[in-house]
Amino acid sequence: MRLNKQHWSVIKLLVFTLGLLPFFELLFDGINDQLGANPIETLHFGFGDWALRFLCIGLALTPIKIIAGQSWPVRFRRMMGLFAFFYASLHLLVYVVLDLSLSWTALIDEVPKSPYILAGLVTYLLLLPLALTSTQSMQKRFGRYWLVLHRLVYVAAVTALVHYFWLVKKDYTQPLIYAAVMTMLLAVRIYKFYQKQMRPVKTRSPGLRQKKTTNNEISR
Amino acid sequence: MLIKSQTEIAGHEITDRKVFESRRQFIKAATALSASALLPNQVQAEPGKYANVAASPYSIAVATTDREDVISYTNYYEFSTNKQDSTLLAKGLTTSPWSVEVLGETEKPGVYHLEDILKDNPVEERIYRFRCVEAWSMVVPWIGFPLGEMLKKLKPTSKAKFVQFTTLYNPDIMVGQRSHVLEWPYVEGLRMDEAMHPLTILATGMYGDTLPNQNGAPLRLIVPWKYGFKSIKAIVKIEFTETMPATAWNKSAPGEYGFYANVNPEVSHPRWSQSRERVLGSSLFTPKRATEKFNGYGEQVAGLYSAMDLTKFF
Ligand code: HEM
Repeated sequence: MRLNKQHWSVIKLLVFTLGLLPFFELLFDGINDQLGANPIETLHFGFGDWALRFLCIGLALTPIKIIAGQSWPVRFRRMMGLFAFFYASLHLLVYVVLDLSLSWTALIDEVPKSPYILAGLVTYLLLLPLALTSTQSMQKRFGRYWLVLHRLVYVAAVTALVHYFWLVKKDYTQPLIYAAVMTMLLAVRIYKFYQKQMRPVKTRSPGLRQKKTTNNEISR
Repeated sequence: MLIKSQTEIAGHEITDRKVFESRRQFIKAATALSASALLPNQVQAEPGKYANVAASPYSIAVATTDREDVISYTNYYEFSTNKQDSTLLAKGLTTSPWSVEVLGETEKPGVYHLEDILKDNPVEERIYRFRCVEAWSMVVPWIGFPLGEMLKKLKPTSKAKFVQFTTLYNPDIMVGQRSHVLEWPYVEGLRMDEAMHPLTILATGMYGDTLPNQNGAPLRLIVPWKYGFKSIKAIVKIEFTETMPATAWNKSAPGEYGFYANVNPEVSHPRWSQSRERVLGSSLFTPKRATEKFNGYGEQVAGLYSAMDLTKFF
């Protein structure tokens, strides 16, 4: 069955709802006093985890497209990216409003002493322009620079991992899992990139190739 | 859950404050009469083992943290690096019978049964603030006895300069010990004067009852002016040594965790500030509490370190 536009909007709405579930889960746990002994930490870590997960999911769509040979996963790229940004914003909000209680003195004391917080901040500042330029009109306005700009997401993936590795006290299991996933997702792209580099030689029309050969012969 | 409680509690059913308070008094009286079986929500059927233990003057006059928070948020890497998982996994530990091996620079080495230790060392309640190196704190009514009193009876020799403590090693049950997050078994230590200080206790209980496994049962150290990781759990060995013990966290990251580990807002962890602490049980909008030097016990213990540069000996 071929899916038409309407089908896709229903599917998108479903995925959108799924993406909001972690938010509502934490919200309801908060209302019901179910966030455990350290509720601020539960919220803060929960949102941070989901920001990173959506970053991974967003970066997984192109590799899935490459491997599955289907283009539909890419339709969800913007939504996943925006969810990553959404959860990162909540993560930041919890930090500033609940953890620091909006205190400048606390901020000025804590942030310089915590390199991992700076790494988090850098990650957020990298995601911010991507979220702001995620609309179709922005995409048009930026033209071919849009893709270049949005490659920042790879930098953000790396700084997000740095953020995580740096904050862990001793057990690196979690950040290592994310790092392994990210590495695989980037590896698929690198592989694809080199494949592309080689392919044009093979696929160019024989005429073009011949011409090139002649040119080479002349220049020799 | 949310929907259910909304339909079940109509406005007129919300308890009037006076009624609530009189009910509370009734509940208190009922518990005192050990009629607690009448109360459906009471977890313990009987008053705790140490319900009548006297409070010590060393206690601080601060409201204690909810027991529920204290038993569900524990760093116990022998089981898991996750605070909730360690709570569940620790249930599998058998803590009775239990004995403690005493060795090293002592005139009375040997294996001591915990019951005998407790017969010789009467327990009391000590309400202390407990400050974790992760910048959170709680206030716990520990039940325990002064470590110094026990050590004196063990007659340390003149060579004894330090006391080293070791946690049980049993990777079959302590499944966290199968991974190499830390070097096992967990080892902690104190300088002799720190160990003899009257604030330092060995705890066997809290909240009027025996220690839950995740909180270090059946015997743990509590040194209230130091970060929580000094307060080693499930102790099976006490050794008097001439040299400074190599302690677990210090071995794992010497630049981050020193031997002394005194609570000190002026000396930050290399990766985070120690100026403030999140008080467990406070509301979402309560700001963090300013951390006190020596966790507020400076008057009693600062003298132990008067000749030391605390930024160097952190
Ligand atoms: C906006 C700036 C950010 C700040 C100030 C910040 C700050 C923090 C802090 C203070 C912690 C807790 C560390 C601890 O208490 O041990 C943390 C944890 C974390 N953050 Fe961030 N962060 C930021 C951005 C980000 C971003 C953009 C991501 C992901 C894309 C992220 C992902 C995480 C994760 C995964 C954790 C650990 C959660 C866990 O242990 O389960 N953070 N962050």
